[in-house]
Amino acid sequence: MSQTSTFQIRTEEAPRLPAPVATSGFIGWARQNLFSSAGNTILTILGLLLAFFIFEPLIKFALIDAVWTGENRDACLAAEGSGQSVGACWAFVKAYFPQFIYGRYPAAEIYRVNIVYAMFAALLIPMAIPSVPFKKLNAILLLVVFPIISYYLLTGLVIGDAVILPIVETPYWGGLLVTLVIAVTGITASLPLGILFALGRRSHMPIVKLVSVIFIEFWRGVPLITVLFMSSVMLPLFLPDGVTFDKLLRVLIGVALFSAAYMAEVVRGGLQAIPKGQYEGAMALGLRFWPMMGLIILPQALKLVIPGIVNTFIGLFKDTTLVMIVGMFDLLGQINTSTTDPNWASPTTGVTGYLFAAMVFFCFCFGMSRYSIFIEKKLHTGHKR
Amino acid sequence: MTTRDKGVAQPEARSSLINDPQVRAVFFQVLLVAVVAFVGYVIVSNTIANLQRQNIASGYGFLSNIAGFGISLTLIDYAETSSYGTAILVGLLNTILVAVVGIVCASTLGFLIGVARLSKNWVISRLAYCYVEAIRNVPLLLQIVFWYFLLLNAVPNARNSLEFGGSLFLNNRGFFLPKPVFGDGAELAFWGLILSVVASIAVKVWAKKRQMSTGQQFPVGLTALGLIVLVPLLCLAVAGFPVTFDYPALKGFNFTGGQRVIPELIALVTALSIYTSAFIAEIVRAGIQAVSHGQTEAAHALGLRHGPTLRLVIIPQAMRVIIPPLTSQYLNLTKNSSLAVAIAFPDLVSLGGTVLNQTGQAIEVISIWMLVYLSLSLITSAFMNWYNQKMALVER
Repeated sequence: MSQTSTFQIRTEEAPRLPAPVATSGFIGWARQNLFSSAGNTILTILGLLLAFFIFEPLIKFALIDAVWTGENRDACLAAEGSGQSVGACWAFVKAYFPQFIYGRYPAAEIYRVNIVYAMFAALLIPMAIPSVPFKKLNAILLLVVFPIISYYLLTGLVIGDAVILPIVETPYWGGLLVTLVIAVTGITASLPLGILFALGRRSHMPIVKLVSVIFIEFWRGVPLITVLFMSSVMLPLFLPDGVTFDKLLRVLIGVALFSAAYMAEVVRGGLQAIPKGQYEGAMALGLRFWPMMGLIILPQALKLVIPGIVNTFIGLFKDTTLVMIVGMFDLLGQINTSTTDPNWASPTTGVTGYLFAAMVFFCFCFGMSRYSIFIEKKLHTGHKR
Repeated sequence: MTTRDKGVAQPEARSSLINDPQVRAVFFQVLLVAVVAFVGYVIVSNTIANLQRQNIASGYGFLSNIAGFGISLTLIDYAETSSYGTAILVGLLNTILVAVVGIVCASTLGFLIGVARLSKNWVISRLAYCYVEAIRNVPLLLQIVFWYFLLLNAVPNARNSLEFGGSLFLNNRGFFLPKPVFGDGAELAFWGLILSVVASIAVKVWAKKRQMSTGQQFPVGLTALGLIVLVPLLCLAVAGFPVTFDYPALKGFNFTGGQRVIPELIALVTALSIYTSAFIAEIVRAGIQAVSHGQTEAAHALGLRHGPTLRLVIIPQAMRVIIPPLTSQYLNLTKNSSLAVAIAFPDLVSLGGTVLNQTGQAIEVISIWMLVYLSLSLITSAFMNWYNQKMALVER
């Protein structure tokens, strides 16, 4: 058919109109989310004002007015009579940085702590990235080989009369080292113990159940600080004459038992969420109790409660600060003592120290919680709707 | 099963005793009892031997000895000549004071932040998010020490106190506020208050009954508020306002008169409230999000406006999700108040520690701590379980 002039066919694209200003781009977004109504606008303005009043002094204190270099307190004091405000005294943190990381660990031996830190990072990072191969080997190295090597590296090694690594007593440990030792040991001890007590609490054997319930409810009912007092004051009374425990070890036992009880409750929640059919299916296949738990139930249950487990880890990590009260020098304890150093006494020294501690703890805890969200998404195999 | 039961008698399942679940269960439990009993025996015998060697007399007799130390905050009569038992009681009351004030502040703040976190306004929800993440990822002890440090160092001294409205003063010695002094006839107002509370409950019962039978609603909340405010005021007016205020005044280097709130208490309550509020905010957010949007739409379809929808449909359902974790947060706050020992606020643990140091009665003092915290935990969870049951979904 030949074309007639009555048809008009557009041969080229019409010019594209820009999207209406009011619904796209930043302006559209702002109109929708910030200024959709009079009330919303007021809220936005109030919120911005609040943010300004919070962040402006914070940034001014931590960055703009801050003192970055200096040898002693003079650097962090305002000039006489000038009336100008001095911000964070980062020079103090710089000067004390080795103490915050290693405590009073002898300077000549600090390389040993560094090796432990490096080994931990080298083993933990590939463990944490799902796509890195050799997970089994990595886990054995991290959970079996690493603790043994780091134990000897940190405490020292003497075979017979030969001093291979000089002994460093735990009172010389401090700062981040103590925080990490307590947190990592607590985490690795509390998970298996917690699983054991969770299984005990769900057991059909009445006495096993009773013992588990009493254990869990007892530790969950008392504050950690009384547990620490107990482990540092009462535990020596429980031991026969002449047997003494290291103070750090005593604290570790207290922390591990305490967090095991919380872990048990988290794991129990996961166990309760597994349908009965899974147990019955496993038993129908002829699996005994431990293979059934290890192969069928626990993998599913633990996956369900990853957020809870990581929350317990984060709680444990934050609770390590409490050892300061029983006279140990973890990161917070070390910072707390350093702020009283007359060499560095200035109005802002203390706040700077606490700010530094807060940043370190925030990095660890926030990192852990982000990682748990990542893993939760990764393991999400689509059963949830 | 039935076919098998009908058939000829089955030979008993033959398996060795080792594989019989019942035999195994009995064996493991006997083993567990033996282990627990043995550990208990070792601990008790070691403890007795150690105590004898150190010449420490066990028992709670020391509680009636004279304490001989002063306490900066006492809710009951206490002097240095009072007994250790009284000192520990003072500590217990201070713990309860911190817990109650902290729970009220943390709940208020937490609910506000939780709702702000869900706000459609981007600025508000981001601010709430930053608040929650910043607060809950920093250890509580650090926050307590930080606030205490700030109150002692960044707040001016008594001569340059921060002044609020001419009668409230904040300085590094604490927070000073006017103290009401009740004269003759003030107890009339107290009775009026009790009367109005009873009347409010009666009105509530009556209003519920009326709504059930006629469908008409009655403004119970407003009536109760009016009763509780007006009746005691009226009683005071009848008695001729026998209440005077003792205002704090600067004398020399410090304030005299008024009610002083010690900085330790302010720091502790501030830190506990802020810390716990971040967790409560997350619980509230999760609870509100757990109520499906269909509920809101259905309520709107029934003709309910925004306010009643929230009050009658959303919040009651959200509360069901919120209450169990909220209970454990309240318990956590109560237990966390024991961190007071770090800033020497005289709570149960801190005063118990002093008693422990003076008397050396470690086992007794620690057992008192554990007993008190365990019973506080059990009482709170019993109350919350009761409330939870009341709020639970009523199913056929």
